[in-house]
Amino acid sequence: MLLGLVLLPFAAAFLMPLLYKIFGTKIGWVATLVPLYIFASFLSLLPRVNAGEQIATTLAWIPLLGVDLAVRLDGLSLLFVLLISGIGLAVMIYSIFYLHHDERLGNFYTFIMLFMGAMFGVCTSTNLVCMYLFWELTSVSSFLLIGFWYEKDNPRLGAQKALLLTMGGGFCILAAILLLQSVAGSLSIDELLAAKDIIQESSLYPVIVVLLLIGAFVKSAQVPLHIWLPTAMEAPTPISCYLHSATMVKAGIYLIARMTPILGGTALWGGIITVVGLTSLTFGSLMAIRQFDMKGILAYSTISQLGLIISLFGFGTEAAIAAGLFHLLNHSAFKGSLFLMTGIVDHQAGTRDVRLLKGLAKVMPITALVACIGSFSMAGLPPFSGFLSKELFLEAASQAHTSNLAFMGDLAYLIPFVAVVASIFTFVYSVALFFKIFIGKQVTTTSPKYPKETNWGMLLPALCLVSLNIIVAIAPQVFVDNLISGAIYTVTQVHYHLHIAFWHGLTPAFIMTCIIILLGLIVYFNYDWVKNLFLSYRSKIGAESAYQTFLHGLPEVAGKFTNWHINGKLNDYMACTIGGALLFILGSMIYFNAWSNIDISDLAPVDLLEISLAFVASTAALGVCLFKRRIWSILALSVVGFCVSFYFVIMRAPDLALTQLMVETISTVLYLLVLYKLPYGMIADNPPMSNGRRTINALLGVLVGFMACTVTLLGQGCKYFDTIAWYYNENALPLAGGNNIVNVTLVDFRGFDTMGEITVLSLAAIGVFVMIKLGREHLYDRHGIQHDHQTATAFNDTGNDTVVIQTDSYFLDENDFPISPL
Amino acid sequence: MELLISILIGILFAIGTYMMLSRKLLRIIIGSAFMSHGTLLMLMTVGKLKRGAPPIVVNGVENPVYVDPIPQALILTAIVIGFATTAFALVLAYRCYQELGVDDTERMRGNFDEH
Repeated sequence: MLLGLVLLPFAAAFLMPLLYKIFGTKIGWVATLVPLYIFASFLSLLPRVNAGEQIATTLAWIPLLGVDLAVRLDGLSLLFVLLISGIGLAVMIYSIFYLHHDERLGNFYTFIMLFMGAMFGVCTSTNLVCMYLFWELTSVSSFLLIGFWYEKDNPRLGAQKALLLTMGGGFCILAAILLLQSVAGSLSIDELLAAKDIIQESSLYPVIVVLLLIGAFVKSAQVPLHIWLPTAMEAPTPISCYLHSATMVKAGIYLIARMTPILGGTALWGGIITVVGLTSLTFGSLMAIRQFDMKGILAYSTISQLGLIISLFGFGTEAAIAAGLFHLLNHSAFKGSLFLMTGIVDHQAGTRDVRLLKGLAKVMPITALVACIGSFSMAGLPPFSGFLSKELFLEAASQAHTSNLAFMGDLAYLIPFVAVVASIFTFVYSVALFFKIFIGKQVTTTSPKYPKETNWGMLLPALCLVSLNIIVAIAPQVFVDNLISGAIYTVTQVHYHLHIAFWHGLTPAFIMTCIIILLGLIVYFNYDWVKNLFLSYRSKIGAESAYQTFLHGLPEVAGKFTNWHINGKLNDYMACTIGGALLFILGSMIYFNAWSNIDISDLAPVDLLEISLAFVASTAALGVCLFKRRIWSILALSVVGFCVSFYFVIMRAPDLALTQLMVETISTVLYLLVLYKLPYGMIADNPPMSNGRRTINALLGVLVGFMACTVTLLGQGCKYFDTIAWYYNENALPLAGGNNIVNVTLVDFRGFDTMGEITVLSLAAIGVFVMIKLGREHLYDRHGIQHDHQTATAFNDTGNDTVVIQTDSYFLDENDFPISPL
Repeated sequence: MELLISILIGILFAIGTYMMLSRKLLRIIIGSAFMSHGTLLMLMTVGKLKRGAPPIVVNGVENPVYVDPIPQALILTAIVIGFATTAFALVLAYRCYQELGVDDTERMRGNFDEH
């Protein structure tokens, strides 16, 4: 049942193109039913999960490798799947009104379904390989959605960057998973949990942690791997809301949370996560101030807020993790609503540039309400839910020195300081986002369109999301007890009771909040000065330039290398091929000392005729290399061929001798015919090869000859197998009725081989025919060569003759040695 | 005799390889012809030489000893296929020259001057 829910979006994605054909532009309403059903189903499972029941489905997939399609719903999974399906529902309703009817709606809903299914898979899989596959699928669907408007350059580049980075991170995770399997011997999360001590004591533990965290940080856009997120904002705004702030980027956090019970609790784990999280928190909040695009502000704000959540996982105490999970929920609520608000502004005013917008509250009051609640919640102001989780974060930061970061010593006291600085700027950009755009005496006149309030279809999802900020603030304990506490238990493995209230007394966190608001207001009133100060600083080096160098440098280096070794010279390729083969064969011969196995104790006698034949053949062969005139080379080649046929006579092979004689004769005729048509001076290279190259060629030739000689000597002395010749010798006459054993073998025992041989021959004949006959009309005026019909006919005839000759030779052989009548 | 033929095979292979490393089409084809001659002899030699009568059944001979017929069957096929490929390669060379006006593999690329 659970597996069905997880896989339902995939089925829907598969059906979307068909549904688009049927429903046309109304497809959005049909698609909305999927997240609605899934959200309701998961919600109905909530009491069972909170009661401690484990809802799981396992399908064996590749049992030999320990890979199962295993899904399970526990507290942590449930928190995520509810977020994914709930926000998915809001975003899909919003998209119906946001996207124009002439957009590729079928594609859009297919991709978004694909993403939803992949995300469910990531958050419910208990088998790591299974999770990895879903993880990569989220990257793929994110790529498709960022590049949704692929006619434009920026979405394509953004999609490419996101894919390259997140897939790169995915590979790191795969490596970490394989290392985990090699250490603990399992891919199942439960079994890894049982093997926690083995893993943490293993020498591979640091490698696993670093690889896994790189993957998680890329996905959650943490510094310095964050650069894909701002450019991913080229996606349609509902997608930026859904994938790039509310759900997909939280997959990295999910992975860290999921692995905390297995890998967490060490100085390495906590140290890396805290440092990266806090850096991202500060960097993101500073960068957000610099942005002019509303989505740019929100993108850097997402980096910053995710850094906040991640650093809480780095602190590692139960209170910190509880605060992180609670902030995760709140962040989805306020950031989701702010993105939807941005989409409305963009849709209605035609721009997202903060310099062009002001005073929108007069004409768009409901949108302004959404922006107000969302940005105040993000700023951490009461009475919104963002304030509650921000307090918890500051509380945890002020106690960081007592957590498992104690190894940092006095440095741990810096953490609350960093948290305050980052929060000041978070406060500033959040407040500015609302006041600069919505408050003002005059409604903007600089935007492309005169803004007016949008329809309820877009407002309602935004209002729903933003109202969560208030509902959670009113009844935080309901959400914490039902939704968060199960997730806390999954991560920390203890039942931790998170108590939330607006007023805890005069705690350090409250004092920090006061400082943040006070200093934040001071900075805000000097907003333009601060912004210009930030804008004046521009770094030459950074992750972005490193990425660009990599992106453009890699094809360049690869191209240079390819042009160097694929130089277009066929004889260089040939030399490399032969050299490579020699290296392999001669190398293994030397390694195994093949020469010690040569057995020359049992040799046939040799007489003068054979020696003189060998002398003639080798002299003629050497002559071929040295002769300057083509005709001598060809004649020398046929001398070698005739020597071979004489050898066949001596070696008691009359059929071979006959065939070789005939073939050699025809070949010579053919060579001479072609010779007549080819340019004079064919034999020597012109311009001649360099002496060095000629020496290399000669060396290669000698080595190949040496190798061939060795192979022959090894082969003739080989005693590993008995001959199977007796079968043919005994059965040629009784079974096939032929006296000539060789011919009987060819036409009878191995008849199919001969059929193959005839096929090759026919194909060669067709090839010769085609090359001579066809496609030569254009040749009349080129190179001044005129086509000669007579030669063509001659070639054509020889081409066809080959078959006849071959067949003849068989018949001749049979006739020469009479078949005994049976 | 096997030793003698092995050396001849070595020479044929060496010269065949050297010729195939040339740039001229005809030399490459001749080189491959040498290699194929060498291969025929190699197949024959690894089946041992002169160890009996020609593999032809003659009635009335008691317990005849023949040379191994299997290499011969293989070689018969090889000769014919070797011939087919040689013929194909020769006509290809001829046609290449007609189409491109060169018989040098390096010049066939068309941008010889750039390198």
